[in-house]
Amino acid sequence: MIEIGARVRVDDRFHAGHHRVPGYLKGREGVVTACLGRFPNPEALAYFRPGDPPLALYQVRFRQADLWDGYAGGPADTLDADIYEHWLQQLEDRP
Amino acid sequence: MNDPHVHSHRHPPAADDPSSGYEPLERAIRELLIEKGILDAAAIQRRIEAMDSLTPANGARLVARAWTDPAYKARLLEDAAGLLAEEGFELEHSPTVRVVENTAQVHNVIVCTLCSCYPRMVLGLPPAWYKKKAYRARVVREPRAVLAEFGTELPDGVEVRVHDSTADLRYIVLPRRPEGTEDMDEDALAALVTRDALIGTAPARAPGES
Repeated sequence: MIEIGARVRVDDRFHAGHHRVPGYLKGREGVVTACLGRFPNPEALAYFRPGDPPLALYQVRFRQADLWDGYAGGPADTLDADIYEHWLQQLEDRP
Repeated sequence: MNDPHVHSHRHPPAADDPSSGYEPLERAIRELLIEKGILDAAAIQRRIEAMDSLTPANGARLVARAWTDPAYKARLLEDAAGLLAEEGFELEHSPTVRVVENTAQVHNVIVCTLCSCYPRMVLGLPPAWYKKKAYRARVVREPRAVLAEFGTELPDGVEVRVHDSTADLRYIVLPRRPEGTEDMDEDALAALVTRDALIGTAPARAPGES
């Protein structure tokens, strides 16, 4: 279980087949802003398997300036994405 | 660029063109399902009609009521899926719905970069541009430029928050209530809430604006 407010990094790994992690977020760091419940694993559902056990899904907020070199919008701009637990590593709090 | 040895080793993105190989595939599967008695044409037609009966007017009604009823708004932001199920929306086989609120500090905009996830169970089918690669690729990377093309210019002090619907939730934006609407009733308010306002590419219309 990851707590709201925890810093996380999205795994930067190759996954052959259906998965719900956009490439532009792989390897990026953000903050968990909501726990969204548990859902069957879409990586199994896509191939007609049941997707058990259900996975925890988290809303993760990223700073746009951390995602794109030379981001042209405001410094406070953010992007939220919904990421399953097995793609997230919790980071130690840093000063 | 005529040198045949200079090329990318990645596949080019699939075209948006709907006349791709999926049409014959869809037809073949549909005809097989009918032939084997799993579905009939009337059932498919009923499903299409049910989808076509869902429109952005549903979202506009939710927004207008949220603007006039603080308890309803609180529930909508806290538990949209529960509220919508009580109101008769068919959500049993659908992803969860979440409503995000625009404020003076935060402007939300919705996209699905991986495919074309959209709150269809409430608003019906998405607009064609929502499914195009241009919108999906650009709104995450340069949201303010995309919003400006929709006529939506936001001050630098406002946080633009893009929601990429990557998983099992579908998002609807609760736009800000326009000024000068204090005396308007719910029906009049609902008429100000466009589909673009529910996606977040535009604000709600001002009264008198066409």
